[in-house]
Parts: sequence; C-alpha cells; structure tokens
Amino acid sequence: MEPKTLFDKVWDAHVVEEIEGGPSVLYIDKHLIHEVTSPQAFTGLEQRGLKVFRPEKTIATPDHNIPTENQHLTIKDELSRKQVETLTANCKKNNISLYGLLHPYNGIVHVVGPELGHTQPGMTVVCGDSHTSTHGAFGAVAFGIGTSEVEMVLATQCVLQPKPKKMRITIDGDLQKGVTAKDLTLYVISQLGTGGATGYFVEYAGSAVRSLSMEGRMTVCNMSIEMGARGGMIAPDEVTFEYVKGREFAPKGKDWDTALAKWEELKSDEAAVFDREYNFKASDIEPMLTYGTNPGMGTGITGNIPNAENVVATELPSFKKSLEYMGFGLGDKLIGKKVDYVFVGSCTNGRIEDLRMLASVVKGRKKADSVTAWIVPGSKQVEKQAQQEGLIEILEEAGFKLRQPGCSACLAMNDDKIPAGKYSVSTSNRNFEGRQGPGARTLLASPLTAAAAAVTGVITDPRDLF
Amino acid sequence: MPIDKFRILESTYVPLPAENVDTDQIIPARFLKATDREGFGENLFRDWRYAADGTPNNDFVLNKSEYSGKILVGGKNFGSGSSREHAAWAIHDYGFKVVVSSFFADIFKNNALNNGVLPVTVSSEFLIKIFQAVEKDGKQKLVIDLQNQSIRLNGHVEIFEINSYKKNCLLNGFDDIDYLLNKKDKIEAFEA
Ligand code: SF4
Repeated sequence: MEPKTLFDKVWDAHVVEEIEGGPSVLYIDKHLIHEVTSPQAFTGLEQRGLKVFRPEKTIATPDHNIPTENQHLTIKDELSRKQVETLTANCKKNNISLYGLLHPYNGIVHVVGPELGHTQPGMTVVCGDSHTSTHGAFGAVAFGIGTSEVEMVLATQCVLQPKPKKMRITIDGDLQKGVTAKDLTLYVISQLGTGGATGYFVEYAGSAVRSLSMEGRMTVCNMSIEMGARGGMIAPDEVTFEYVKGREFAPKGKDWDTALAKWEELKSDEAAVFDREYNFKASDIEPMLTYGTNPGMGTGITGNIPNAENVVATELPSFKKSLEYMGFGLGDKLIGKKVDYVFVGSCTNGRIEDLRMLASVVKGRKKADSVTAWIVPGSKQVEKQAQQEGLIEILEEAGFKLRQPGCSACLAMNDDKIPAGKYSVSTSNRNFEGRQGPGARTLLASPLTAAAAAVTGVITDPRDLF
Repeated sequence: MPIDKFRILESTYVPLPAENVDTDQIIPARFLKATDREGFGENLFRDWRYAADGTPNNDFVLNKSEYSGKILVGGKNFGSGSSREHAAWAIHDYGFKVVVSSFFADIFKNNALNNGVLPVTVSSEFLIKIFQAVEKDGKQKLVIDLQNQSIRLNGHVEIFEINSYKKNCLLNGFDDIDYLLNKKDKIEAFEA
C-alpha cells in the first residue's frame, strides 16, 4: 500500500466522490454552528424547501455576539438578540442540540466541542468559522467554511472541497521555561508569514509538539489559519486518548475499545511524502509578541521591531503603514512599552490551562492601576473549573474580575471593544486593524506575557517574574 | 443561493494596491449582525472608506471619482483571516463581479466562487501592470473571459487557473448544493 500522511488517511476515509477536475464530496462527521454565520444558511435551506439532513451531527452554541456580563438579562443590542433568537429557533425547528446562554455547556464553539468529547480523532469537523482548525489537535481534519458551505452541510452532511496540499512542520527539542504553545505558534507564523501555508493542510510533529498538553496543541492548531493553512493537525497519542476518555460525548465501554483501536492507527506512515516540510528548534523560541497588524509580524519579546533594511523592499510600504497604525517606529524596542488593556480569552487561549498560567503569574501580585483587564473564560465549563480550582479567588485578590464566557474582545462584535488608539495585549489570534474595536491596537501574546503586562502595566518578559 | 452566470466581462476597475487585505477590513465584525444577506455593500471596507464620524475618507479608492467598475484589483494575499462569507456578500452587493489579485486566501476564494464572484489570480508582474495602467488612466479596462480563462489588459493577456467543476458552475449559474442534492443516494450509501 502506498504510504499515507495522517491527513490523507482521515481525508480519504471521508471522500464520498471525487469530481473530475474539481473538488471532492467530503462527508462531515461533526458540524458546529453559531449565531453569526448560520442564519442565512437556514434561510437558504428553507427557500429550497429542505430539512436538515442529519441534525444529530450538528451542535450549536451562541458565542460570537453575546454579552459577557449579565447573561441572565435580555440581550440589549437588538441585532445581537435577534441573531441569538434566530439560532435558537432554527435549532428547535430542526432538532439540533443547542447550548444556549447560561446552559452549563455554553461557550466558544472551539472550546465546547473538545471539552464535551464531541471532537474525536479521525473525524471530519467543520464550522462556519476559520478557527475550526483548533479541532485538528485531536487528529481530526477540521476546517472553517463559509455560510454557503454551512448550508451544504445542513442539506447533505457533505461539503465540496478541493484536496489541499500537505505540509509538515516539525519542532524538535524542549521549550524553555516561560515559553508556551502560543509562543511556538506565533514563532512559526512569524517564520512562514501570513500566506506561507495557503493551499496546505499542516501536520505538526516533533518532540516539542508531542510534549504539549491537549490545550497547548489546540492553541497551535487554532492559529494554523493565521499562516493561511486550511487547517492543522497533530497525530493522536496517549495524551489525546487520556483527554477524550470519559468526556460526555466520547465513546464508552466496548465502543471506546473499538474507537481506540482505530485511533491508534492515525499517524503519518514513515515513508509518507509531504509537499512541503519545515523544521524548527524549540530552543530558538522565546516568549513572542506581535507588533504589527497581521499575526506574521511577530518577534521574540526581548527583540526589536525590524529596521527598514530587514524588511523586504516591496513590503516596506505596507510594513510602515502597519507600524503607523500601531503608533510604533522602525527598530523600536518592545519591552517597557505602555499597555492599556489586557484580554485573556478566545478559542486560542481561553481554556483552563490558560487561566492557570495567568493565575500563576498574578498570584501574590496586584493588577496595575492603569490597565483594564478582561478575563473571559472560553466556556461555562472552564468557568466552573476555574472556580473549583480556586483560580478565580487568586485573580480576584489581585484585582481581576472574570467575565462570562464568549468570544468577547477577540472580535469585538459585542460591547467588549478596545477604544481607538489604546494598546491591548491579547491572548487571541488576530491583530488586524480594528479587530478589537475601531482603531484598537492589538499585540498578540501568551497568557503568561499577558499576565506580566497586566501586573506591570508595560510590556514585560514574563520570565522576569518567575 | 442561485448564482449569476458569468461569461465575459469588460469593465473599468478599482485598484486597491494593499497587501494582506483581511476580511476584517472588507467587512468589520460589528456589521455581521444581520440575519439575511442583504445590504452588506454599504459597509464594504467601512473603516477605510469612512472616518469614525461617518464622513467619507476622500483618499480611499472607493471614494475617488476617477475609479469605478465591476472589477476590484487587490494586492497579494487578498481575503485572509476570518471565514465570514459576509466579505464575499459585501463585495458582490457593492457591485463587483471579479476580484483580481496575485494571491488569494483559500476560504475567501471558495466563498467568492459560491456567490458568483470570480477570483482571478494573475502573476505579480501582471498585477503591477494593472495597477500602473489605471494610475495613468482611470478609464482603463480589463477583459475577463471565463470560457478561455483569460484576462486582458490592452495587448497583454494572461491565462488564469480555475478548476473545471467551478468553471462549469459559473458559466451556467449552477450552485454546489444542487450538485450535492443530486448525490443523496451516494451519500446515504456512504453512511451505511
Ligand atoms: S474566540 Fe475569536 S477566533 Fe475564536 S471563534 Fe470566537 S471570534 Fe473566532
């Protein structure tokens, strides 16, 4: 048999049909929906007189556009309320499980899927959201789709997709203390650039990746899209199985044994060929920070913003424009720059481990007075666990307050907007112009770096606080 | 959604020579609250097009009277970022039928095609020519011929790639859901 990559194995097992000179008809095991990218798909379905084909394979949670305070009250913003109500009505009408506001399972769609065991190795997972790549951490083929494709999946449980090329990114060695999965991913993106993996599906490999927890692996796969990749994935192993086992929707008893036997086969064959390979050394990575308006504009925290001679000449105008937006200069040092807001949350870093990291730095310290900090757990489950572990107490003692789960300032669709011109150190995934509110200036970082900024009020190397 | 048929388009074009134009710029998240597909064109490139107080920013291409047409020409890595199809809807709703760039982000490309907006990938040299030509003359035209997969600027012609399935869909106004619905038997057989 021809050697196959992990990606090939999962993809090929889901191809219903290949179209000559075109895409494949790909069967989808798990479809996640939220309030923003699904309403038009349901309308389309209705206009065609169709019903949802396999409602039991879809789950819904409102997350993008919900308030993160007073969730027990009626949503004030009329349009947001209508979106959430439309999702509720569509789910009811079509028998789709919904984890609505205040439901113990509500949360950001990419936090909820894995923590409930909906996401499993070897699956195909799609959602009308580009960070669906998160679920690849389990050895699933998971990718974001547009609303027309959401409609396709609702109607037929399939999407039409051209098969992407395959890339492997191997990171070997040990990460230094204070260097997290987020730093690893920001480092890789800074090396490949925002279009560096466009057209590819990425497999992450190497001892540094293996040594990550599931939370860390999700952070890495989550940001694959930030270098243009269709998705990212990691071969499942003991860490994966241990995480999935016992979760609400994971297979149980005999089914577990059958599933496990299959999952253990999910790895790239020795001789499998990738269209492209990159190798990095974990020891080269320091805590990372972005200084520009795309996630590829990042550097080690002790570094400086590049000088003109270190930027490709044709890219210099865009580069300068980006720095202008950020209020930074060529060659600037990052450490010591003032920070106004700190946002810890999102599907990248809104999991329990992220709150643990935050608490580890914050413990015994106080929030800087000049900083407004928004700590937003990724889900109700995360919130509950943080409570049980005493993390909330630690944070409150230091002057922080937890908000309620949701996407929040990651995309600022709700009221959680960073004001124009203000600097935000954010654990989210995008630093585009206006992403966190019109005129907001975002610096992407790990929860440790965000915590260090929150207690000092300036960009600080978190390693200095250990 | 049924899509418009596409054959040949000859039109003036709007140049947007910025690189990495992400979907948050094409349509900022705060305008994604609608539950239908209408009216997104109004907020296309909102934060580049208008100042915070709503007054038009005269430096932005969509506000310059010398540029118009059904073709938008963007810099490298157009449409990166979020999967929001609203970006394609906004471009379509504004009246663009074609977007030209030297490099497109994957999801945007799919979304555009699913809405009858043709993404045309040209070489970076050709892209520079397109930008230079319109700078000299705002009435400069491009001719896009889908059947022959060609894009023409004055005497220069380039051939662009599109898979034969998608080409056929656009030429005939077919959409993917119709195709998939015809495969129901096969899908059910696959499930069994
Ligand atoms: S947290 Fe941010 S990136 Fe993640 S799903 Fe929500 S909006 Fe998208």
